[in-house]
Amino acid sequence: MSKASVHPYIPNSVQEIKDAMIREVGVSRIEDLYSDVPRKYWLQRRLALPRGKSEQEIRRLVEKTLAKNRTIQDMPIFLGAGCSPHYVPAAVEAIVQRTELFSSYTPYQPEVSQGMLQALFEYQSMICAITATEVANCSMYDWASALGEAVRMATRLTHRAEALVPRIIHPERMMTLAAYTKPAGIVVNPIGYEAETGLLDIEELRANITERTAAVYIENPTFLGLIETHVDKIAEIAHDHGALFIVGVDPLSLGVLRPPGEYDADIVVGEGQALGNPMNYGGPMLGIFACRDDMQLIRQMPGRTIGMTRTVDGKQRGFCMALQTREQHIRRERATSNICSNESLCAVAAAVYLALLGPTGLRELGETIMCKTRYAMNRIAEVDGVNIPLFTSPHFKEFTVNFDQAGKTVHDVHESLLQHQIHGGKSLCQDFPEFGETALYCTTEIHSKEDIDRLGQTLKMILGGKS
Amino acid sequence: MFRQARWNERLIFELGWPGRRGYVVPKVEKEILEAVGGLKTLLPQELQRRTPPQLPELSEAEVVRHYIRLSEMNYGVDSGFYPLGSCTMKYNPKVDEVIAKSPHITMTHPYQDERTVQGTLEILYLLANWLAEITGTFEVSLQPAAGAHGEFLGTLIMRAFHKSNDELEKRTELIVPDSAHGTNPASGAMGGFKVLVVPSDEEGCVDLDALESAVSERTAGLMLTNPNTLGIFEKNIERISEIVHKAGGLLYYDGANLNAILGKARPGDMGFDIVHMNIHKTFGTPHGGGGPGSGPIGVSKSLERFLPIPRILFDGHRYHLDYDKPHSVGKIRSFYGNTGVLLRAFTYILSLGAEGLEAAAEVSVLNANYVMKKLMKIRGLDLPYALERPRKHECVISCKRLQRETGIRALDVSKRILDYGMHSPTTYFPLIVDEALMIEPTESFEKKELDRFVNIVQNISSEAYSTPDVVLKAPQNTAITRLDEAKASHPRTMALSWIMYQKRNL
Repeated sequence: MSKASVHPYIPNSVQEIKDAMIREVGVSRIEDLYSDVPRKYWLQRRLALPRGKSEQEIRRLVEKTLAKNRTIQDMPIFLGAGCSPHYVPAAVEAIVQRTELFSSYTPYQPEVSQGMLQALFEYQSMICAITATEVANCSMYDWASALGEAVRMATRLTHRAEALVPRIIHPERMMTLAAYTKPAGIVVNPIGYEAETGLLDIEELRANITERTAAVYIENPTFLGLIETHVDKIAEIAHDHGALFIVGVDPLSLGVLRPPGEYDADIVVGEGQALGNPMNYGGPMLGIFACRDDMQLIRQMPGRTIGMTRTVDGKQRGFCMALQTREQHIRRERATSNICSNESLCAVAAAVYLALLGPTGLRELGETIMCKTRYAMNRIAEVDGVNIPLFTSPHFKEFTVNFDQAGKTVHDVHESLLQHQIHGGKSLCQDFPEFGETALYCTTEIHSKEDIDRLGQTLKMILGGKS
Repeated sequence: MFRQARWNERLIFELGWPGRRGYVVPKVEKEILEAVGGLKTLLPQELQRRTPPQLPELSEAEVVRHYIRLSEMNYGVDSGFYPLGSCTMKYNPKVDEVIAKSPHITMTHPYQDERTVQGTLEILYLLANWLAEITGTFEVSLQPAAGAHGEFLGTLIMRAFHKSNDELEKRTELIVPDSAHGTNPASGAMGGFKVLVVPSDEEGCVDLDALESAVSERTAGLMLTNPNTLGIFEKNIERISEIVHKAGGLLYYDGANLNAILGKARPGDMGFDIVHMNIHKTFGTPHGGGGPGSGPIGVSKSLERFLPIPRILFDGHRYHLDYDKPHSVGKIRSFYGNTGVLLRAFTYILSLGAEGLEAAAEVSVLNANYVMKKLMKIRGLDLPYALERPRKHECVISCKRLQRETGIRALDVSKRILDYGMHSPTTYFPLIVDEALMIEPTESFEKKELDRFVNIVQNISSEAYSTPDVVLKAPQNTAITRLDEAKASHPRTMALSWIMYQKRNL
């Protein structure tokens, strides 16, 4: 490397230093350190990559590229389906920018990592608090992979190989579940919904549950934003048959909704992105994973978990990774999962977020979201030809809008809305053709009355043929 | 002398005051409230939460001070030397952080119309191509959220490949060397394979005879780290590739150690069919205290059709997400990948370019060999395996002699290093080395810092022979003294949450 190309990230790229070190190592040039790489594999050319750029050039280039995007600041976006726009308080950002936290590795040396460990212990504790469980891990990749791991855990615990899952869940979640369970020989059987309410069909559940069922899974709220009313009954049916009851949640609903621990969920999973983490085009997300305080369950849990302990001299409280004997670096092929790196920093953001909101804030936010959801549904219901919602149950955050009677496709409506600087909901046409021309809309606290009114008015204009 | 902050900080649940709040949720507009009523009308009583969650109640200022104090009791790569082997703790460039905070990325939704996210798609598309070039693979998927997630995806692709040949039923065995990262056997098991372990030879490399006898018509593949976890390049890679492929298996590259060979050699050229990369290691993105990372995988041309959906396509004009892949293994997570992390890798590669990446590899290897040569001379320490061969990005030193002569173990050495204000190396890994210290200096640290590390280890060796108590009682200068880790995992004393702690009355 020439003098001019000494790189700011590589202190020892100065030739003099390299020469001194090469001498010390006892070789004549750096290439000698690669002498055991068979010659035929030496790359005889430079990689075909752009030349290195200065920081200023990089910022100009990348910011220019990113400026091609349009964001929730440019237009109201009514998309949810597992990733949703929420306000992130400035204090959350201030904490996760602390380099002592974000530039650290997994806390293998707990004595110099107490900050991260305690923050993650607090995250676990807050997840337990909102879900009414007693044990949580310090995160999975996202809701979908957490579900896959939960079903695998249930089959290990019950020595059974079937799971019952609502037919209407997020298609990407269903696909991920299949990827996680198929290699283990687990069969996932879908359970339908009641035509009127859209909730899990209890009779179908009863008819399908057997002594081979390892787990019954439900989501509350459901993929379509519906609040399950039969949770106690479903728990009872699952437990009567010796199956575990797994519940998927939106954590922001838990300030107002009964928490799954109160209706006997054994394992709780969910998407924690909404807790103080930006959408980031769908990643990183934050997989929630919690369970009851039962040693059998705890021993089969996947992922990293932080425990409280004391110093060897017994004088002081401290934190470290617990139950590592379940994990890949010790148990290897018999580990409960291969996961090691998770989404810890997102979990810290979630902890700070929940600490800022407190019990009152979480409840108020849940109520706000419910009010805005209902208001948006009401405004859209005023539009002729729109069938909203398809089902009668109470809704949280998300709801379906059907355009069959308006004689327009979801695609047409989307195109027209976009022309009016509004991004409509997610089309369900391809994944759930049975719902006809239906889209899934999402409203949160970030949508103002003005945004929602504008959506209603614009839909009227588009569908009323008056535009 | 190093002194870490010692705040004796209470748990957040023990702080605050009832009624305090750290954030005010904006009031719902009056007209909305009038139109829809409140919670009472929207949610039947029996579905409502009755007891509020036990969350803390604090002002914003208290919350911030609490977590700032916690951060002061944490050691990051910006704090100093962090030679954690196989973790590639490089510097995390500041410009990457600034760009990653752009609302143009943070405030976009994954289901937005493709026309409204062309900037992101362009970056992801280019990045995937660059990663394919760097690894010598045909096509890269950015979907996995971490290295282990990439490994799991790799096993799914192996399954799909063997299934397409009607061989999945019989190809049930996955081979890993005894020096492998724990994730390899764990991923193999998750992928439904029986894991066979092959021993290392006296040079620390895969024992070819053992491999020959391990492969059969049941072999699904071999997972290999190269350079391996001893930091030694598997010089028989050509033969290894031949043996595995001849048996009908696939060769999988664990990318944890990719940093050593950036721009020097490529896994794809060595015959690897599937390669994962640890973006948070090799491409300088922050590890976040345990994630988020990112673990893209690259595959050879014949495996391309099995990659997860969607794929990003470019028609010369616009970028598209393509879901029409009938042979795909499907999805292993929601959405497309850890975009926020991938964007940082994009800017990292832009900064270094081809020449810089190669320089990073070379200097990381030079640094590792420099540290190794000096450590070998220290009393009580030995270099196991292949004394005459250079290491690549990391080296493994054994404290076995030190233990025999003084009773001081690798664990004690690692704790004493903390006292001097440095992070310690990985300990007790790989499993084939007794009392192992696994040291990866990376290219990010200056010679003086490497010398300081060597001096610290030299001091500790002297202490071990003269005043071993100092080492046994370490660490003393950290936020907390040595922890009883067994207690945290014992069923009677286990506390994995505040509620569990209260319930057990610990």
